[in-house]
Amino acid sequence: MTVADPAISAVRGSRGLAARERAAWGFVAPAMIAIGLFFALPVIAALLLSLTDFDIYALANLDNLRFVGLQNYERLMTNPLFWGAMKNTLTFAVLGVPLSIAASLAAAVILNARVVKWRPIWRVMFFAPYVTTLVATAVVWRYLLHTRYGVINWGLESIGLPAVDWLGQPSTSIPAILMFVVWKIFGYNMLIFLAVLQTVPDDLYEAARIDGAGPWKQFRHVTLPAIAPTMLLVSIISVASFFQLFAEPYVMTQGGPAQSTVTVLYFMYEEGFKWWNLGSASAVAFVLFLCILAITLVQLAVAKRVGAYQ
Amino acid sequence: MKIRSILLNLAVALIALIVLFPLVWMASVSFMPTGEAATFPPPLVPSRWTLEHYQDLFLNQGMGRYLWNSFALATLATILALSFTVPAGYAFAKLKFTGRERLFQFLVAALVVPAQIGTLPLFLMLKGMGLVNTYAGALVPWLASIFGLFLVRQYALSIPDEMLEAARIDGASEGQIFRRIVLPTLQPIIVTLGLFVFLGSWNDFLWPLIILTDQSNYTLPVALAALSREHVQDIELMMAGAVVTVAPVLILFLALQRYYIRGMLAGSVKG
Repeated sequence: MTVADPAISAVRGSRGLAARERAAWGFVAPAMIAIGLFFALPVIAALLLSLTDFDIYALANLDNLRFVGLQNYERLMTNPLFWGAMKNTLTFAVLGVPLSIAASLAAAVILNARVVKWRPIWRVMFFAPYVTTLVATAVVWRYLLHTRYGVINWGLESIGLPAVDWLGQPSTSIPAILMFVVWKIFGYNMLIFLAVLQTVPDDLYEAARIDGAGPWKQFRHVTLPAIAPTMLLVSIISVASFFQLFAEPYVMTQGGPAQSTVTVLYFMYEEGFKWWNLGSASAVAFVLFLCILAITLVQLAVAKRVGAYQ
Repeated sequence: MKIRSILLNLAVALIALIVLFPLVWMASVSFMPTGEAATFPPPLVPSRWTLEHYQDLFLNQGMGRYLWNSFALATLATILALSFTVPAGYAFAKLKFTGRERLFQFLVAALVVPAQIGTLPLFLMLKGMGLVNTYAGALVPWLASIFGLFLVRQYALSIPDEMLEAARIDGASEGQIFRRIVLPTLQPIIVTLGLFVFLGSWNDFLWPLIILTDQSNYTLPVALAALSREHVQDIELMMAGAVVTVAPVLILFLALQRYYIRGMLAGSVKG
């Protein structure tokens, strides 16, 4: 296998390169074709579709399809149902993000304490709701939140508080769904926080303790600074995920009561697959995309400012 | 110090109670006789243990069919996603080819586009191809997993170039190198990604809801959502359905949790 002649070795090398190039394309091509065909193409088509009046008549016969410019968008901007969905989605995000982050952080700080027993077991257990099937656990929570027979109202009544019609009135339907969502997802960010907390050296806590700092001061001056960059980024990522709520209202409230839990994605689903206004539904999809894109750009800008996050 | 330790352990116990209660309650109610859960105060343990709701589900509600659909689709999605993304992820990490940088930039940009945007045209496309209400239609989105490609690439970057180069000098073809060296090295991330895809497909709701229009093709979540609209009053039946849906993924996760958590942290903390 020794190579004597440099010319031969060069030929062999270039042949090797060509073979490697061919092999590389063989490895990459199936995935790229699939991504192009089933991801990129539909996304571009969605933009075009949103400029047409594609509806149930066009579905039956493409001759009924017309190009309508920005009419779908204009109509959305004057549609109170769409604005209601935007408002509900924002409410979910504005309440849900701080709530879920606070729950994740509290659980992470508690689990990070050395005096807590069986920590690896709790870690896995607290994360478990995250992997459960959303539809199934949403059904479970619908019954836990039941006005007359629900365990949550039973708990409230046994400490002397009045029962709440959680999913039956517009003022409590979003908080009720959020209780479920926080229960389901807090373990995810908890694990991320725990991973960061474990990089904080024990000496820092030791030093703070010697300086006479209590648990709260230790949290404020040691834990919080260490975790702040992660927290910022995790919150922005969470906003994007709260923008994609769909199955929760679909299963728990069907968008009700009085449209109070119709989210943007739920609105898109109904517009597209219930009323078959595919043009208008694509416009909704694009507005959703622009919102998420804006959030992502903020996220990237923040990431650049706070430096690489871990 | 003692008090702090007691308080912290109590707090953990309280969180554990909140986390576990809905799941334990679900299992307990599924064994109650019909109507027992609709009483006040809500009973926590069945007065008489019964399997009648599970029998009802499998004998009258077609649960066996939905369970099979979910299992078959999740398994196929896992196999397909792995065979599309693993070679591509490796090639992006370790093989030089013209256009690699540009393609990679395109994929990074595509990562910010939520897949739901293309849902409507994809549906129309598959309708044109006659794939609505087929397994193939339900599987299509799993072929185009940019996230999976990145996960594999990230891991494959750590394969030492010398190892691949040595095999090449020994006359191994690129295909042989991939099978004999790369695949065994990537084994942990393959398990992780396979687990992600299996659970993701099993739990997925929006896409199967749209594409699987015929009841005989429903997956468990779609069937459960339909069942819960029809049988709102049958709490015990619904809980049995939820147990059948959740138990397989929960057991799978617990068995392979190491792989799941490691992959999850690699995917998100490193960003």
